[in-house]
Amino acid sequence: MAKMKALVCRECGKEYPTKAIHVCEMCFGPLEVKYNYEEIKKNISRKKIQDGPQSIWRYADLLPVEGPTFLGPHAGMTPLVRAKNLGAYLGLDELYIKNDTVNHPTLSFKDRVVAVAITRARELGFETIACASTGNLANSVAAHAAAAGMRAYVFIPGDLEAAKVLGNLIYKPNVVEVEGNYDDVNRLCSEIAGEYAWAFVNINVRPYYAEGSKTLAYETVEQLDWRTPDQVVIPMASGSLLTKIWKGLHEMKTLGLVDDVRTKINGAQAEGCSPISTAFKAGRDFFKPVKPKTIAKSLAIGNPADGYYALKATAESKGSMDMVSDDEVVEGIKLLAQTEGIFAETAGGVTIGVLQKLVKQGTIKKGDVTVAYITGNGLKTQEAVMDAVGKPHRIQPSLASFEKTFKMGKHGGGDA
Amino acid sequence: MIKVRIPTPLRPLTKGQGEVDAQAKSIAEMIDTLNIAHPGIKGRLCDDTGELRRFVNIYVNEEDIRFLKGKETSLKDGDEVSIVPAIAGG
Repeated sequence: MAKMKALVCRECGKEYPTKAIHVCEMCFGPLEVKYNYEEIKKNISRKKIQDGPQSIWRYADLLPVEGPTFLGPHAGMTPLVRAKNLGAYLGLDELYIKNDTVNHPTLSFKDRVVAVAITRARELGFETIACASTGNLANSVAAHAAAAGMRAYVFIPGDLEAAKVLGNLIYKPNVVEVEGNYDDVNRLCSEIAGEYAWAFVNINVRPYYAEGSKTLAYETVEQLDWRTPDQVVIPMASGSLLTKIWKGLHEMKTLGLVDDVRTKINGAQAEGCSPISTAFKAGRDFFKPVKPKTIAKSLAIGNPADGYYALKATAESKGSMDMVSDDEVVEGIKLLAQTEGIFAETAGGVTIGVLQKLVKQGTIKKGDVTVAYITGNGLKTQEAVMDAVGKPHRIQPSLASFEKTFKMGKHGGGDA
Repeated sequence: MIKVRIPTPLRPLTKGQGEVDAQAKSIAEMIDTLNIAHPGIKGRLCDDTGELRRFVNIYVNEEDIRFLKGKETSLKDGDEVSIVPAIAGG
């Protein structure tokens, strides 16, 4: 029997065939893949996973594709870095960075979800792939489409960072810059998706696409030698990533890959766009949409599709949420770079900033095994830190000029 | 006359039309009017208490009605309304 049983509405439970649809006709609730866990359990084991490819496809049994051909064959299995320096700085004994700044091929966690979405889109017979994006997703769709020989349309807001725009154009998809913010782009794309037979990865293919994020949970547990962390800190835009990490952890328990899940899920947003964190702090289970204004553009979703479920997952796990200012985002990026040698984009600054806050508050404790998810690469958001990192020392090509600048003593080791 | 754009999940109720006209002075009135021409549409958009469902977004001339006056947002001749499923993006 197939591992996918149906698509099922999270709200009213109505079932649909596993096609390119994402919304329940009856109540507008989101559709989610319903798996045959009994069947999957018979096939899966720690050993089978460990013997699999060095990519997300080692977890293919838990992903909503039929296979055996997978597009995006190198996504995932990014390093889980033991962050001793940052841990010591923050006062944490066992801190890890899940480093998706080096994901393949476009340096963000979106390579995971797009690999799943484009594989499924191909299986469903689509020739054109599209997305609404704050940048990273567009880059990944464009790159995967080029490699798969598919036509692509990527829709982005008009104010993106230069590297995220260039990082689309180079692959030659149709890049559509919409005069408006991400929420405008998203609404427009929802309407366009109704008119054309395209695979919009985060609209009509969203039930499959979103499942790709679960691999961040699976990899973390495997890389921790089959332990679940005590605390995770996850950046939130739509809230989808957070809900899928939560889901992934629980699936591992369902399948007997881990004994128990006691992980507390913590969500991170920037103050200039924090509808989910604000609702959490106010004790509400619904959010009010906002007009984003933050340098963390990859998280600038004022009307987060999974905000409701992110609030639910965080509450269920007894975790927390918080937000940081743009200055704290920049400081977070610098702190991670200068302690661990990892250059994260603005979303990473949000995660590190909130991690620091949660430790200071005592929400995350010294002995907690903690994982911070760093989902994108700093080279794509250089504008954010350009004025905060100083300038190089400019010298003449002479020893004297060098030594004058660095005030070297006889044995070297001076600083400018 | 108000132009209303209908999302795919509701098109079975509008005989497949992606756009319909309505005569209404507010969003609440528009929903009632639509329900006369296309019976059942209100039940899809609103819950048993008459409130808009959690995963329904409505826009008047591209602006989310939650930034306006919600269901009481007023409409005038020539306005364009979009009904859009909330679950998308990210």
